[in-house]
Amino acid sequence: MGSFRQGVSASVPALRRYARALTRDAELADDLVQDTLVRALRSEHLFHGGDLRSWLYTILTNLNRNRLRALARRPTMAAIEDNDAADQAGPEAGSRDIERALATLADDQRSVLLLVVLEGLSYREVAEVQGVPIGTVMSRLARARMQIKDYLDGKRPALRRVK
Amino acid sequence: MNDKKLDEIMMERDLPVTADELHAYVDGLLPSDRSDAVEAWLATHPKDTAYVAEWRVQAEAIRARYGAVANEPVPARFDLDDLAQPRRNWRAIAAATILAAVTGSAAGWIAHGVSAASQSRFEQFSAEALAAHNLYVTEVRHPIEVGAGEDHLLPWLSRRVGATLRAPNLEAYSLKLLGGRLLPGPNGAAALFMYETPGGERYTFYASRANTPRTALRYNAAGDAAAVLWVESDMGYVVSGPAERERLIKIAQSAYREIESRLPTRSTENRTTSRRGS
Repeated sequence: MGSFRQGVSASVPALRRYARALTRDAELADDLVQDTLVRALRSEHLFHGGDLRSWLYTILTNLNRNRLRALARRPTMAAIEDNDAADQAGPEAGSRDIERALATLADDQRSVLLLVVLEGLSYREVAEVQGVPIGTVMSRLARARMQIKDYLDGKRPALRRVK
Repeated sequence: MNDKKLDEIMMERDLPVTADELHAYVDGLLPSDRSDAVEAWLATHPKDTAYVAEWRVQAEAIRARYGAVANEPVPARFDLDDLAQPRRNWRAIAAATILAAVTGSAAGWIAHGVSAASQSRFEQFSAEALAAHNLYVTEVRHPIEVGAGEDHLLPWLSRRVGATLRAPNLEAYSLKLLGGRLLPGPNGAAALFMYETPGGERYTFYASRANTPRTALRYNAAGDAAAVLWVESDMGYVVSGPAERERLIKIAQSAYREIESRLPTRSTENRTTSRRGS
């Protein structure tokens, strides 16, 4: 079963990337990844082959849902200092915009868009991760893209007025 | 019958491209036998072409923003051999740290799990402070036990909390100290100081032993009220007030600076009797 652990280990960078974009908080994201790894290692016997990365994304997505549910019942906590240093160091001015645009999405929509665009999963794999039919994935993806467009258009009123 | 057949033939010839196919085209997930059809469609549908271009820009922006995270060196906390040991997983560490913080024997466990558990510890601390805040700011007749004008306010609370306390001067924010009260806190006694603006807005300053490492200031909103908390020299401090982030942070920073500048003081008696001298 050494290959299982190797596979999990190799997925850590991608899980961190997904979690960072999903939560937009480096500390929170790494907590989520760590929890995902612990859960995965403990549930090794439940993994019956298939794509290991998709399985890990599924665990992470579910843990994040639980976290949000718990959070809705508790006061929210945010660091005064920006928790993700890359935010300020980002070379492009636009990196802030896409971050804010992502923040406006519903969590399931953001998750679909990130799994497709950032993690390169197929629509079918995303459907499995989220436990929904593929049609739901497509409509979430479409809504996510429209909403980001609306947000970014709103941020560029000058460009809009030109036409 | 004939009409139906004709329809089918027409459909096949310029089979309309669906929105799903446009997404698949952008995401590189389109079956290869449809790519010609999609490209032909886009050549004659400028609106869809604009969408496709926009979605590509979005995808590029997301990858530009977050792609590099996967190239960061993986921190040691993700060592799978460590994580596989049940006693050192996140929950065990978090639970042990909370317990340790409460009982005041934290050192060993905290060294292992500070970042994973800090959120929970913070939440507990600020939840207590916010609960006290919410309970007493609405109190019209008895918001405090001992008034600001009474000499024994600080000696009494300092003795009970077990540390030299001072109520920060927040006059710069039009906040007048009304007085204080003693409360049960996360690690024994806690002191709650109440401030009021001329307009009747109330803020509280909460102090209790923390037995945790020093931390940065954190902002924590819960409905109408919010708190800023930090730990310094084994003492946890929470400034609570109406949830106006900028103002509350300024007030907390002011309180933080004042306390910082007075540290360290040793015994309660020193401060209270020094009045005579100064």
